[in-house]
Amino acid sequence: MNLKQLANKPQRFAPGHRSCSGCGFPQIVRTVLASTDNPVVVANATGCLEVTSTIYPFTSWKVPYIHSAFENAAATITGVESAYKALQKKGKLPKDKKIKFVAFGGDGGTYDIGLQSLSGALERGHDFLYVLYDNEAYMNTNIQRSSSTPLGATTTTTPDGTIHHGKEEWKKDIMKIVEAHHIPYLAQASVHNLIDLSMKAEKAFNTEGPSFIVVLQPCTLGWKFPTDMTIDIAKLAVETKFWPLYEIENGKYKINYKPAKDVPVTEYLKTQGRFKHLFRPENKGILEQIQKTVNERWNDIVKKCEG
Amino acid sequence: MSKNQTNKKDEIKEKAGTTLTSSKQKITALTGAHAVAEAMRQINPDVVAVFPITPQTEIMEQFAQYHADGIVDSEIIRTESEHSSMSCVVGASAAGARAMTATSSAGLAYMWEVVGIASGLRLPIVMPVVNRALSAPINIHCDHSDAMGCRDHGWIMLFCENAQEAYDATILAVKLAEHPEVMLPVMVCQDGFITSHAIQNIKVYDDKIVKNFVREYKPRKWLLNTDEPVTVGPLQLTDYYFESQKQRADAIFRAKEIYLEVGKEFSGITGKKHLLFESYMLDDAEAVVVVMSSTAGTTKAVIDKLRKEGRKVGLLKPILFRPFPYEEVSKALQGKKYIAVLDRSESYGANAPLYGEVKNAIYDLTNNKSENNKEMPKLKSYIFGLGGRDIFEDDIEKVFKDLINGNIEEKKVGYIGLRGEKVE
Repeated sequence: MNLKQLANKPQRFAPGHRSCSGCGFPQIVRTVLASTDNPVVVANATGCLEVTSTIYPFTSWKVPYIHSAFENAAATITGVESAYKALQKKGKLPKDKKIKFVAFGGDGGTYDIGLQSLSGALERGHDFLYVLYDNEAYMNTNIQRSSSTPLGATTTTTPDGTIHHGKEEWKKDIMKIVEAHHIPYLAQASVHNLIDLSMKAEKAFNTEGPSFIVVLQPCTLGWKFPTDMTIDIAKLAVETKFWPLYEIENGKYKINYKPAKDVPVTEYLKTQGRFKHLFRPENKGILEQIQKTVNERWNDIVKKCEG
Repeated sequence: MSKNQTNKKDEIKEKAGTTLTSSKQKITALTGAHAVAEAMRQINPDVVAVFPITPQTEIMEQFAQYHADGIVDSEIIRTESEHSSMSCVVGASAAGARAMTATSSAGLAYMWEVVGIASGLRLPIVMPVVNRALSAPINIHCDHSDAMGCRDHGWIMLFCENAQEAYDATILAVKLAEHPEVMLPVMVCQDGFITSHAIQNIKVYDDKIVKNFVREYKPRKWLLNTDEPVTVGPLQLTDYYFESQKQRADAIFRAKEIYLEVGKEFSGITGKKHLLFESYMLDDAEAVVVVMSSTAGTTKAVIDKLRKEGRKVGLLKPILFRPFPYEEVSKALQGKKYIAVLDRSESYGANAPLYGEVKNAIYDLTNNKSENNKEMPKLKSYIFGLGGRDIFEDDIEKVFKDLINGNIEEKKVGYIGLRGEKVE
């Protein structure tokens, strides 16, 4: 699908929601939902996406939608999917009605509090797609650290101080965790490349069984950058190899985009206020540590692609 | 079950005639847990979420066997926790399916958040609960602290004395939950081990009769109806949230009448009355014990003995605990001299749950005290059986005798079967 075709798809996520100017998730949701022509049912974890899109009596969702709690989007969608199977089996729904099931959750609702629910749902093999929009902290509650927050980033619970300088741990590798469930399809995407995201969502929808896509979603408030920079920053994350675009299909790795030249990760970090303190001389070591880890992880993926 | 009731049932049975021919029901020996699984087999829910916890597990093991043998065609979801079990049935029920799960103790506590969501979203989920003590210290035996921990969560709550009641209530609950004027989840409680693992004779009704009674669930709005998309579980702030809660409160109070209506219809099958509470030798009783679940059976045996000695003693056994039938309980207790309320759970720092409700109910009597020229009953709270501590006939007999002899300190909570303060 090209961009024009994508743009001409029916809008399943209506404008008028109250996400921040410069927020990336409306594009992510629209693109994912436009990547199948089948009817879709959505489950959503508590978070920015949920609170900005369902303020009663309004809703942005033109498809059936359920929000239950923070940590249970995966369990909830598997309940819906099981109901679908049961009602079809019992002849209460037409057998030829093919509905697709998607859960959307942020990093808090997926890496942290919802990890068990996701793991259970993946292991049970339900036919659904889980889309993680990753903005690397609890943004809905005012930017607290999550296990997805990268090394060095300041959040309201990992502030820069005289002794501590932002988060002191690297972010969890959610792709490896999901991969360990041996599901048929999982991918990492970025909001700046909607064609790539759409291709991945389409594959995921056409996969029988669980599938998973994590999409990098820069947050203007949490990452502290001007609202017109979202797409540029997402792109820089990919160009600096901080956020490789890759997929794992039936166990086979594939890098979807290889940056033509080596761009230092500082080019990405310096665009955001959350990393500002790292550019003070005494924090040079943290910057070096980030570059080292980025290189190692990229090389690891390259190696996996080779075989 | 009381002799009175049994006689009455025989009467109705004879009158009902064809409804209750031997081919329409069979008597079979089942544990309380198995009896609930049997009801679930007959209900054949669309989706059932399963996670183990003692002593509930036997229900789901039995149901899984029915599934494995193709006797039910439900979708079983074997979840990784009770939190996910309740989340799955919330999703399934919102999707338009008839959905069930079952739990006990820590499992109920763990799913607590989603338990409230189920009623807030007005989903007619039925959940058998096999009552067990909460941690800590960890204990696998019966008390009611698990269910009492979510008594204000918007679920209809039925407490069952024995396997037969648990079986009946599970079937009745489906129809009650799904009633358009109710649309609330129902918890069907039975005592862990005491009821769940004891084999009793129960009447199992004909599959077709049960199926015909519960009928098919026809949701009004459902997620799988993709032609009419609905947003379930939106954000409601200061402008709408309050009204939603009022609607839920109205619905659960309304559920009392619907329970009686559905119970009346169900009587045609069961041959017995499905009441808000059971009264045993209550009419002329001067001293009354109020107690729920299996201990009511023990209390009846004590009453039979004391009645032979000419003592005017009786029992009020609440069945529908939520919504609590204040008015009816108040009326039933009018003119009683002494009332002992026996709770199988604490409410730390407050009146024990059942005692608190009975006390609330009899407060209504203060309004018509003068017109009836009757004194308010003397009311005493007892706690018993925490963590499965046995309660014996002698214990209940002592409660009755203390009441009759006026040997009670109203304001002091009595502890039945508790060892002295210096427990080693």
